[in-house]
Amino acid sequence: MKFRLMLAFASTLFCVAAQAGEVTVAVAANFTAPMQKIAKAFEQDTGHKAQLAFGATGKFYAQIKNAAPFAVLLAADDETPVRLEKEGFAVAGTRFTYATGRLALWSKQPHLVDEKAEVLRSHSFEKLGIHKIAMADPKLAPYGAAAMEVIHKMGVQTHVIPKLVQGESIGQTYQFVSTENAQLGFVALSQISVDGRITQGSAWVVPQSMHTPLKQDAVLLNAGKDNAAAHALLKYLKGDTAKAIITRYGYAL
Amino acid sequence: MNLSAEDFQAIALTLQLASVTTVLLLLLATPVAWWLAHTHSAWRAPVASLVALPLVLPPTVLGFYLLVALGPNGPIGQFTQWAGWGTLAFSFWGLVLGSVVYSLPFAVQPLVNAFEAMGPRPMEVAATLRASKWDAFFTVAVPLAKPGFVMAAMLSFAHTVGEFGVVLMIGGNIPDKTRVVSTQIYGHVEAMEYSQAHGLAGVMLVFSFVVLLGLSWFNRRPHRHATRHPKASA
Repeated sequence: MKFRLMLAFASTLFCVAAQAGEVTVAVAANFTAPMQKIAKAFEQDTGHKAQLAFGATGKFYAQIKNAAPFAVLLAADDETPVRLEKEGFAVAGTRFTYATGRLALWSKQPHLVDEKAEVLRSHSFEKLGIHKIAMADPKLAPYGAAAMEVIHKMGVQTHVIPKLVQGESIGQTYQFVSTENAQLGFVALSQISVDGRITQGSAWVVPQSMHTPLKQDAVLLNAGKDNAAAHALLKYLKGDTAKAIITRYGYAL
Repeated sequence: MNLSAEDFQAIALTLQLASVTTVLLLLLATPVAWWLAHTHSAWRAPVASLVALPLVLPPTVLGFYLLVALGPNGPIGQFTQWAGWGTLAFSFWGLVLGSVVYSLPFAVQPLVNAFEAMGPRPMEVAATLRASKWDAFFTVAVPLAKPGFVMAAMLSFAHTVGEFGVVLMIGGNIPDKTRVVSTQIYGHVEAMEYSQAHGLAGVMLVFSFVVLLGLSWFNRRPHRHATRHPKASA
């Protein structure tokens, strides 16, 4: 008992000395890997600890409106933070884009996808062994909406749309293509590249000019208003260490 | 209630999926349940556990394994390609396969209970009257186990209608082909189309309630034993 008390006392002392706080962050699932790296660096550099919860942005929105204890939201889009701010659940003026997603047309097979995405213009998918083309549900996921824009911009909708299968998220879309149940699919560049290199198969990195930018915005939530660690994290996300990690994972800034 | 044409498509497809699945399940579960009810083999426990697995596995795990197995490099995918059917993911028959796995314990367990409750006597008596094994099965065992069959059919049907995780994982959300009621509701909710979600969810709620009400009414009638819920005994 005595030992425990001393331990508690010592740890309180230590916390005060380092002025370390804790911040609970809701992180869009597609940003899982870079955020884990960033949280580690953040803890080392500032002494603050970031507790990360990963999930779908739409679900976080519903949870935040029902008093979830998140101090910061790293959304998968730029609409949810705006909406939260308008509805009074986020601190006005704290929104910013922490990363911009990149879209890629990807296949597990090498050489199937060329650099100009001619494969999408092909009128004989079956001959190429392409039975299904995957994308995220455009209604539910920004990556899906962007993919639909690209398909229309290329004018290939009449023969691509009958081949489409839709994942409920970009994560599920990736599973469809990586298990080769779909031979081709629109995924996030961050899912298939490391340090700017495609790790397997073949891909076309969609030029950003072909779709609405996939801006992912961060915002300080009401629960984090007076939390020093939350303010520090938002600042840290704009710094060079975080930016280097973010670009390494296939996001634009 | 304002159901759209797509909602009705999803309802029709769901009923079709549940019907096909229920018929296949009764055909498959009957011999499995008969064996489980009568065997003293050392394999009984492993097989019973395997059958009960879908009760405890998260549907997303089940769905993911199915996705891998159905793919061109998976064992099922290699077989279906060899047979000339292509791969089954994103097709109606893929959903049927997934549903059969998913609802298997709900068909097997009531039948095991029914066969066990019957005891060995009726079959022994039939044998002394020189009935062949098949004859005894169809004229003695099946009528005696009828409540178990009804229970297995109702539970399989209802459970398949309510299935979500597996169809989400291997369905691909194709209207009129793989988009069922549960995934349609999920889409409405995620897209914040709450009024549309309400309409369809209301249909689902009423349906589920009626099925459960029917089951409990069926269970309460006298002389209808052997109809325990699988979760209670698995």
